[in-house]
Amino acid sequence: MADLTASDSAARRQRVRAGLKRRHLGEQLFRGFGLLAIAVALGFVALLFIDIGRKGIPAFVQTNLHLAVTFDPAVIKLDPKPEPSQFASEAEYRAASLAWQRDAALLNWNKIVEAALRQAAPAGFDIDARALLRIPETNARHQLREMFVANPDLLGQTVEVDLLGSADTDNWVKGNIDRSLGDAQQQLAPEARALIDQFQQEGIISTGFAWSIFTNVDSRSAPASAGLLGAFMGTLWMMLIVIVLAVPIGVAAAIYLEEFAPKSRLTDLIEVNINNLAAVPSIVFGLLGAAVFVNWAHLPLSAPLVGGLVLTLMTLPTIIIATRGALLGVSPALRQAALGMGASKTQMVFHHVLPVTFPSILTATILGVAHALGETAPLLLIGMKAFVASVPATPLDQATALPVQIYLWQGNENRNFFEPRTAAAIIVLLAVMIILNGAAIYLRSRLEKRA
Amino acid sequence: MKTALYASAAVLALAAFGTTAASAQSRDTIQIAGSSTVLPFASIVAEEFSAVFPEFNTPVVGSGGTGGGLKQFCEGVGENTTDIANASRPIKDSEREACTAAGVTDIREIQFGFDGIVFASSANGPDFALAPVDVYKAIAAQVPVDGKLVDNPYKTWKEVNPDLPDQPIALAVPAANHGTREVFQEKMVSAGCEEAGLPADAPEDACTTYRQDVVTEISGDYTETLARLASDPNTVGVFGLSFYEQNTDTLKVATVGGVTPSKETVAAGEYPVSRPLFFYVKGQHIGTIPGIEEYVQYFLSEGVSGEGGILEAAGLIPQPADKTAEELADFEAGK
Repeated sequence: MADLTASDSAARRQRVRAGLKRRHLGEQLFRGFGLLAIAVALGFVALLFIDIGRKGIPAFVQTNLHLAVTFDPAVIKLDPKPEPSQFASEAEYRAASLAWQRDAALLNWNKIVEAALRQAAPAGFDIDARALLRIPETNARHQLREMFVANPDLLGQTVEVDLLGSADTDNWVKGNIDRSLGDAQQQLAPEARALIDQFQQEGIISTGFAWSIFTNVDSRSAPASAGLLGAFMGTLWMMLIVIVLAVPIGVAAAIYLEEFAPKSRLTDLIEVNINNLAAVPSIVFGLLGAAVFVNWAHLPLSAPLVGGLVLTLMTLPTIIIATRGALLGVSPALRQAALGMGASKTQMVFHHVLPVTFPSILTATILGVAHALGETAPLLLIGMKAFVASVPATPLDQATALPVQIYLWQGNENRNFFEPRTAAAIIVLLAVMIILNGAAIYLRSRLEKRA
Repeated sequence: MKTALYASAAVLALAAFGTTAASAQSRDTIQIAGSSTVLPFASIVAEEFSAVFPEFNTPVVGSGGTGGGLKQFCEGVGENTTDIANASRPIKDSEREACTAAGVTDIREIQFGFDGIVFASSANGPDFALAPVDVYKAIAAQVPVDGKLVDNPYKTWKEVNPDLPDQPIALAVPAANHGTREVFQEKMVSAGCEEAGLPADAPEDACTTYRQDVVTEISGDYTETLARLASDPNTVGVFGLSFYEQNTDTLKVATVGGVTPSKETVAAGEYPVSRPLFFYVKGQHIGTIPGIEEYVQYFLSEGVSGEGGILEAAGLIPQPADKTAEELADFEAGK
């Protein structure tokens, strides 16, 4: 009998040992597979970042021209700027001032730009005006006009001015266009290219950080000055509306459903629908927004208000679900203790349960907003892909948003210039996202420590 | 927590109030939508307009294609409808009817210049010298061979015409939502179709049906066509002249009927595939939305759309000055 047990256990040991090898192999294979999956995932992320960085980082550098500009009285033939003291009423002064500004705008400021460029070029350099004026960006004339309108005393003076190089100049200086291509395939005339190279040697053309990306609005007439300020403000307004609307509505709905609503078929149905709503593709919300807010409620097209409302609809289910989850996680002991001490249900919720769930709600909110921030499809349907060259001062003004601006730049004709600039806009958007997500993580850990 | 609740309620009330206030407040920015060919020109005018007229806001210019823009334009009269529709073809009768049905009765058409449509291929590829009949033979689903319509047998351009390069046929053409498509169809495919001579019993749509194997219809912008060319260097794409001119480093243009497309040949009427560009103004909005009249006058001024103007520098082919003057007079007369 004892013999039998010994051989039995030996056999079992052998069986286990044989199986052990296989199990170890299985585990190792699984680990290896997991590692491979992580490597592939990280590889793709790295590919994305490297590609965008390689294309986008050079776009944060722009080509500048430093010129001595003479405000030539022979070109600037204007009456003196109207002064408020000359007019009887405010309205008269405003009308005269506008008329004066219009006269100033209708002057040929390009002549002044041209003269400054010729002054900087070597004596006798042969280049026609059209080719020459393609070196600075076309907004140079507006920049000079605005300087003059702000300070008419400049008349007759020579001042040092920093102008933007045109998109074509920028491409040539950075090598975004193949320098070895023939004249027919180049954007700039051979003389202009030679002059740019010379300017660069003399330090008249230099490169610097492209602040214009952050301080300017989108521009088509002067592509090199195109920036993200308008789109950024549009996004900011929308996010404000999303936070102001989605958070109170979402949290209140979640509290009611979780704490007060009777458990019935109706609430079950609502719950299922909210979960479904969270999975609805964003473009559907865009169609809904166009139909309800624009066509029916007659809200303005391309307004951040409408965009914010659509994104609110999109973010609401996320916030409701996250808040309900957080409320469910609160220990029943806390509730019972509060109720046992004689607190009303409302007091129990607001004084005891809600504060505990605050970190989770905040995180869900920030992640929901970050998701809404990157949303493009619904905005295209409510007219937010229009070209807007102004900063929206209120949520009712026309605007675009950061992701839509990326979409618009991606479609711009000047591929050599806008491909890098699109990548730069993507970097800005990703940076905003990372900051938001970082804030979520930081606030969560801080608030959890406190709670 | 209670304060937070009250604050939220207050914010909600404020938001609701803001929404109603929004519909009551009048719009003071011109809203434009339509053709993506006209979009760059209209955007430039919008920017310059606000520099010259500081009292008006910068007009907002949307895209959506000629058809999409006119559809929005014809949705009705009122502040949440567009004021101006950009178009790369004249308005159709059906669109006019839709407009009238929605109460948009005062539609003022303004033609402001020309645009050329070019065929371009990869800059590293061979040269193309196309004729309408070549394009028709390459693109049609059925072509006449020995007096009978047969399924398109051509695989390479050389088979279509021995003078063309020995390169597989691949075409990227604008989809039907673009005004460009209509001009392409009329000036190239239909013209070539006529030249090829269809048999008498050919179906009506023989000239307009494209083969599906080598033709890609692009509903997006020209950049999408360009991406198509980058992925398949054999593709010949249809572009606007101004788009080609800004991308001469990657694109090579084909001649049509022996004429190289350029501003000069289009303006002289030598290059066959060109079309006038328009915008349509909703007359009923003049006076309600500030600046519409000034925008039109500024758009048609010599320094903008005339010869040597800012739009010519951006690729527009200007029309004769007396034509522009006539358009402006018609607009001001309410036509």
